[in-house]
Amino acid sequence: MTPLAAYLLVSALLFAIGFAGALTRRNSILVLVGVELMLNAANLNFLAFWRYGPNPEALTGVMFVLFAIAVAAAEAAVGLALIIAIYRHYCSSNVEDVATMKG
Amino acid sequence: MKGIINSLWLIPALPLLAAGIIALMKRPQRKPAAALAIGSMALAFLVSCVAFVATLQPEAGKGAVQLTHNFAWFDLGGSALRLGWLLDPLTAGMLVMVTFVGSLIFIFSVGYMDHDENLTRFFGFLALFAAAMLGLLIANNLLFLFMCWELVGVASYLLIGFWFHKPSAAAAAKKAFITTRIGDLGFFLGIVWLYHETGTLLFYDNGAGCLEQGALTKLVTQTTVGGMAVSTAISLLLFCGAVGKSGQLPLHVWLPDAMEGPTPVSALIHAATMVAAGVFLVARVFPLMGAATADLGLEGHSPHTTALTVVTWVGACTAVFAALIAVAQNDIKRILAFSTVSQLGYMMLGLGVGGPAVGMFHLLTHAFFKALLFLGAGSVIHGSHHEQDIRRMGGLRKLMPITFAAYAVGMMALAGFPLVFSGFWSKDEVLHAAMIWSPSKLPFLLGLFGAVLTAFYMTRQMWFVFFAPRAESASSPGRAAHSASHHEPQGASSSPHESPRVMTLPLVILAVATVLLSLFATPVWPWFHAYLGGQLDHLQVGWSADSAAGLTMLLSVLAVALGVSASWRLYSRGKAGTDAVERLFPRLFRALQGRLYVDEFYAATVFRLNAAVAVLSDWADRFVWSSVVELAAWLAKGLAWLSRTLDESGINSGFDAGCVETRGAGGFASRLQNGQTQRYLRILGAGVVVLVVAIVWMGNN
Amino acid sequence: MNFIFAILAGLTVGAAFAAMTLRNLVHCALCLTVSLIGLALLYLQLGAEFAGFVQVLVYVGAVAILILFAVLLTRGGEAPVGRITNSLGAGLLVAAAVFGVLAWAIIGSSALKALPKETPQPALLVKAVGDKLMGEFVLPLQGIALLLTAALLGAVVIAMREKSSPAGVAVDSRSATRNP
Repeated sequence: MTPLAAYLLVSALLFAIGFAGALTRRNSILVLVGVELMLNAANLNFLAFWRYGPNPEALTGVMFVLFAIAVAAAEAAVGLALIIAIYRHYCSSNVEDVATMKG
Repeated sequence: MKGIINSLWLIPALPLLAAGIIALMKRPQRKPAAALAIGSMALAFLVSCVAFVATLQPEAGKGAVQLTHNFAWFDLGGSALRLGWLLDPLTAGMLVMVTFVGSLIFIFSVGYMDHDENLTRFFGFLALFAAAMLGLLIANNLLFLFMCWELVGVASYLLIGFWFHKPSAAAAAKKAFITTRIGDLGFFLGIVWLYHETGTLLFYDNGAGCLEQGALTKLVTQTTVGGMAVSTAISLLLFCGAVGKSGQLPLHVWLPDAMEGPTPVSALIHAATMVAAGVFLVARVFPLMGAATADLGLEGHSPHTTALTVVTWVGACTAVFAALIAVAQNDIKRILAFSTVSQLGYMMLGLGVGGPAVGMFHLLTHAFFKALLFLGAGSVIHGSHHEQDIRRMGGLRKLMPITFAAYAVGMMALAGFPLVFSGFWSKDEVLHAAMIWSPSKLPFLLGLFGAVLTAFYMTRQMWFVFFAPRAESASSPGRAAHSASHHEPQGASSSPHESPRVMTLPLVILAVATVLLSLFATPVWPWFHAYLGGQLDHLQVGWSADSAAGLTMLLSVLAVALGVSASWRLYSRGKAGTDAVERLFPRLFRALQGRLYVDEFYAATVFRLNAAVAVLSDWADRFVWSSVVELAAWLAKGLAWLSRTLDESGINSGFDAGCVETRGAGGFASRLQNGQTQRYLRILGAGVVVLVVAIVWMGNN
Repeated sequence: MNFIFAILAGLTVGAAFAAMTLRNLVHCALCLTVSLIGLALLYLQLGAEFAGFVQVLVYVGAVAILILFAVLLTRGGEAPVGRITNSLGAGLLVAAAVFGVLAWAIIGSSALKALPKETPQPALLVKAVGDKLMGEFVLPLQGIALLLTAALLGAVVIAMREKSSPAGVAVDSRSATRNP
């Protein structure tokens, strides 16, 4: 197994763990944590492909990771602000309780 | 001096402005309102005098001064609607007369309306009335003239119905408004027709106006139904308006009823403004009336056109007819009202047979002495506490000396006493023109008979009011009612008294003017003719009349003498309380007292016809039209029922089935949307897996 | 090399697993931090030192603290009683399917096999990163700056206390009663 495949597998595992957490945990903060894990898994993918890809001198993978980190930071800030606002409104951080949009 | 034309609009604008300001005033502001109205009229009088002076200097060889100032009012498509002011001797003379007489009447009103609580409103209306009349005078456009004409009508409606809480006043106002409206219909049709034919309504527009050579030639040469020239037809239509406004037969019925208004209003209507408008209109469109194929533009001598013949006959008949009725009236103002109708007939007669100069001079002199008479009557009524029946007056000669003197001057002018009273000269001219009128001598005879009657009824009135022995006033219910409502502490209500100075002063001024005016149109010095005809520079002092004039004068003096002496003999010897003529010819007198039953005749014919038509239309409406409408309604209902049945059984059931299906599908879809984000995410994950597997599988195959 | 990779991968994956399964939310946040540090180390292993340091700065320094704050603000400090998961079976099944698909793709991919087995470690200079950021990627950089500003403002606005809302009053009163 090549190092690239190993990195990709680790990344896939991280992604799956984050996905499972986002799908199953009741607390909305942990759902957000799961999403963060999935993002980081993607970042690991980018870097692995940059490192083992055909032209690493282009630095595109690194650039993508930098931007992704910035966007993820913004996402985390807004997401957590939403969670706090929702908690204030519903007195709950449980994702099941926030179902006003149900049909 | 000629620049006055550009500021001619000031003359109507000043009273109009005053009316506007007074309309905004409060009821207790009586003095400012009166001062404003009188001041505006006085200013208008000054401007009018300037305009009058401007017309005194005709350019040599060009005839009368004729200044116009035209401007575009607004654009209608390609053509502009143009209005304008016109200043010629006709306008200038009328302007001076209206503003002068109007000012005096305004001043008189201060005294007469002293007790009325709506004095402010009264002066507002008066100013509006005067403004409308002045606007009518300066108009150089038939449409603008018509607008002012209608404004005069509205103002007269407001003023006649000023005491609108009296049902008779309200009815009289309505009657005046509606009766003149009948004539106005013809007037308006004439305007429309004239515009259609000539394309302009400006009177004078440097050769392009509707009263100038080009347009007249066109109008005269065209004929309409019955071979009548278009100019004749239009003239007759315009004359309809004049008949309504100037109270000619058969539309005179409103004028006597207009006495329901306050007396100054009567004076204004009868002397200066309203009724003069009709005569003025005829004089204004005289070129059109007198236009004939043979003698176009001939002035001074009246051409014998069909239109003028009609004017002549209507005037002559009205003159005699109204004079006859006046003989048998007992209300002091009603006698004067019928005398106005009669004199208006003379004016029309003068216009018809003698042209504008003759008719207009009588209009001017009549304005002065009729204003004098009405204000005198107002003074009498005011002095004797709103008593209007001449049989209950009497002996006022001693009690109201100034009023008596002024009234006597007015009476003699109206009756046509020789030499020093203007009425004599103006009436004499009318009769003279009628005498030399070639088509028929009958108008002349009618006029002469009218002169006898005028002298007769005026003497009768004078005798009853001023000379007769004083009747016992305590028996009069009207007086009793009045003194109860107008209680005066000094006990002065028991006997008549002289009016205050603010009322007698206008009387004196008018009396003097009445006498002085006679200087201007004697055969020795026919200044007024020359002025209107624009021949002032050819004017010579000297006996310029022909033999017919002397004969006319002789006959007219005889007529006056006959009327006065007959009346005086009959009444001074008669017993108090009864009427001498009534004893002699009781049936005739009653018929005359009933105003020859014209109103009754209208009530029996026009009103009955109107009512019958109304009943018929009501019946038709109820049974014919409503059944048609209901049939249509039933038809529509049947169609609607059919449509509904089809709709419900056919279309709706199919649609309903579709709806049920859609709702079921919607319910299923809505259950998917349960608001649980994790379920959405799960479905998303499953979708990704399926998608990847599918893509890979398809890629491998 | 392989050994270090295995340790780092195990640490990262294990910490992530713990972060997703522990009952106490504070513990979860701390485990997430450990996992993020592991990832930073993996970046270093890959030669992307700059990315690794940024990872430490942003994630460990900011996001983890932010999450900790959120946990404490929403009174998640005590361990919750009762169920902590929600439709566990279905969630795990889907996640496993996703992992299966990914792993199958990685292992079975012919493109990956075509790549060279071993490549020289590329030299990543911070200067080169700076040049790239200020040259080729200057527009995305500005966009990110704008996005961060907007997100900052948005977060502040969203988290601001609701004014005179009945629900907000209810929250306050309830939290007051719950306070010891």
